[in-house]
Amino acid sequence: MTIAAEARTTHHLPQNWLVRLLDNKSFLIFLCLLPAAALLLIFLTYPLGLGIWLAFTDTKIGRSGHFIGFENFTSLMQDRVFITSVWNTLLYTGVATVGKFALGLWLALLLNNHLPFKSLLRALILVPWIVPTVLSAIAFWWIYDPQFSIISYVLVDVLGWRTTYIDFLGEPWAARWSLIAANTWRGIPFVAISLLAGLQTISPALYEAAMLDGANAWQRFRHVTFPMLMPILAVVLTFSVLFTFTDFQLVYAITRGGPINSTHLMATLAFQRGIPGGQLGEGAAIAVAMIPFLVLATLFSYYALARRKWQQGEDND
Amino acid sequence: MASVQIADVRKAYGSTQVIHGVDIDINDGEFVILVGPSGCGKSTLLRMIAGLENISGGEIRIGPRVVNDVPPKERDIAMVFQNYALYPHMTVADNMAFSMKLRKAPKAEIDERVNKAAGILGLDKLLDRYPRQLSGGQRQRVAMGRAIVRDPQVFLFDEPLSNLDAKLRVQMRTEIKELHQRLKTTTVYVTHDQIEAMTMADKIVVMHDGIVEQMGAPLDLYDNPANLFVAAFIGSPSMNLLKGTIRANGFETEGGVIWPVGKHPADSNDRAAVLGIRPEHLMLDPSGLSAEVVVIEPMGSETQVVVRCGGQDLTCIFRERITAKPGETIKIRPDTSVTHLFDAATSKRI
Ligand SMILES: Nc1ncnc2c1ncn2[C@@H]1O[C@H](COP(=O)(O)OP(=O)(O)OP(=O)(O)O)[C@@H](O)[C@H]1O
Ligand SMILES: [Mg+2]
Repeated sequence: MTIAAEARTTHHLPQNWLVRLLDNKSFLIFLCLLPAAALLLIFLTYPLGLGIWLAFTDTKIGRSGHFIGFENFTSLMQDRVFITSVWNTLLYTGVATVGKFALGLWLALLLNNHLPFKSLLRALILVPWIVPTVLSAIAFWWIYDPQFSIISYVLVDVLGWRTTYIDFLGEPWAARWSLIAANTWRGIPFVAISLLAGLQTISPALYEAAMLDGANAWQRFRHVTFPMLMPILAVVLTFSVLFTFTDFQLVYAITRGGPINSTHLMATLAFQRGIPGGQLGEGAAIAVAMIPFLVLATLFSYYALARRKWQQGEDND
Repeated sequence: MASVQIADVRKAYGSTQVIHGVDIDINDGEFVILVGPSGCGKSTLLRMIAGLENISGGEIRIGPRVVNDVPPKERDIAMVFQNYALYPHMTVADNMAFSMKLRKAPKAEIDERVNKAAGILGLDKLLDRYPRQLSGGQRQRVAMGRAIVRDPQVFLFDEPLSNLDAKLRVQMRTEIKELHQRLKTTTVYVTHDQIEAMTMADKIVVMHDGIVEQMGAPLDLYDNPANLFVAAFIGSPSMNLLKGTIRANGFETEGGVIWPVGKHPADSNDRAAVLGIRPEHLMLDPSGLSAEVVVIEPMGSETQVVVRCGGQDLTCIFRERITAKPGETIKIRPDTSVTHLFDAATSKRI
């Protein structure tokens, strides 16, 4: 041992300061992170910081504002439209998420079975997700049109279940449910495909073992599928909640917050007040008001997502 | 507990048939071992008994009931899978308790049985671990535990000891045997291990390419192999097989050596055949045939010698210590009361 160690010769490279610096691990990490950090700083932190700053000013378009403290927020507290938009956002997010998950999971389970034309079906499932939002918004516009709605046509003229056409977008509650339905439709593919990927990682042998252990279909779902799907379910849930909560396009394209501001979400209201309305400060304040909700959702997912003990990977027992 | 009858069972995956009509009768409480080379359909047969594969033809009965169309969960069968199939999200204890929890057994009874099984399998200290925190052998024991906490009609074991070390394997073999003697549950057991097969089975079924070559009591198979395949497959080290022709004065190999053989039908002279001699049935005899020593392996209790005779290598096991060196010549003779003759064309025993 010792002899071998002595006999071995070490070749010394010329050690100038640059080589030594680049050998330093912390410096290297810093160096590699620099471009990404700079990009984040410029394109993410700066607008976010600016938005938060604006929320505390009375800036209008074309006129720089002054710092006014919490005035924007206190006035929003009295603002019926804002309060409605908060409730709308919560309702929209809550109901649409439940809908997406119920239907998405059901679709995923269905697609995980042996079906004829399985790959074709899987491709079809993705359609709502790939078409541009505005395009699907226009489609929904027609579906929800007071005169030309296909739903009304089917209900009234084909089935004869109703006598009058439905005014989908003309009344507050009808409009809200219509938007929720549209958002659910758009969101299902993401949930279904993600969960399908999760389902396919579950070994069929586990189901066989469960069958022999005497589990019926529901028990197999409850004790094998569901717990095994939990990690991916939590990730998908978080993303889905965040996407739905911050949704803007669909609502703005279909109702623009109407009728009489009853379908505004926080995102659409922020835009409405800030850009067409010119009240940049107030719009920013509405946007900033979304932050606590988003942080809450992220925290929830962080804890719900915490790696489960049984999963592969880091040792946390 | 129940008997299992497998009648002309066939299995095809698409157009490839992998089981070609298998008939096995398993009596109530019997311990049956399936052996055969890899890919011969042992796991497939087991899975058909369990109901995990549908049956392409024939009939399987468990007890009096034809189970062809009975779903697995109603067959009351416990199975140890070749790849364990443990639930990764459950602890060792929960894995074992799962079936009883589903049947809503009282908690005290579940705990008692799980602890007992854990004791038998040496898993007491691992009950709170998750499968990923176990070694392969430990996982295999959990899979065993999951089966033995239950009191099923039939046990199906697919190579349950293949990943254990030699000592643990011997110990588990005894445990399984003891368990079977106590519970008397009908058991079908797949193994590649000759010793497991010989020591544990009431009945051995030798399979090959989707058919049953022979079945019977272990020693019966050993003493009277029905064909060349069984002769070569059962026994370790395996039987010496010499090609040649039956003559009036013995068996003439292709190398021109005349071996003495035991009695055989008188009309079989000049028939092309294969002579089978088990290594332990060759003995030293000064008046025997000359054979050149190739390899000598002293094992202590016996000596394993590979000799060359008439251009063919034969394995012999002698009780005596041998002093001969490789290259030297020794004289050997078979015990003609236990030699085997097989027809060269049909492979069947003569
Ligand atoms: N799903 C399948 N599709 C097509 N062929 C299959 C399928 N499953 C098994 N086979 C074939 O069936 C034959 C029997 O397989 P089986 O798993 O029963 O072998 P085995 O005797 O258990 O082998 P081993 O000792 O290696 O476990 C093999 O030739 C295998 O290739
Ligand atoms: Mg197998």
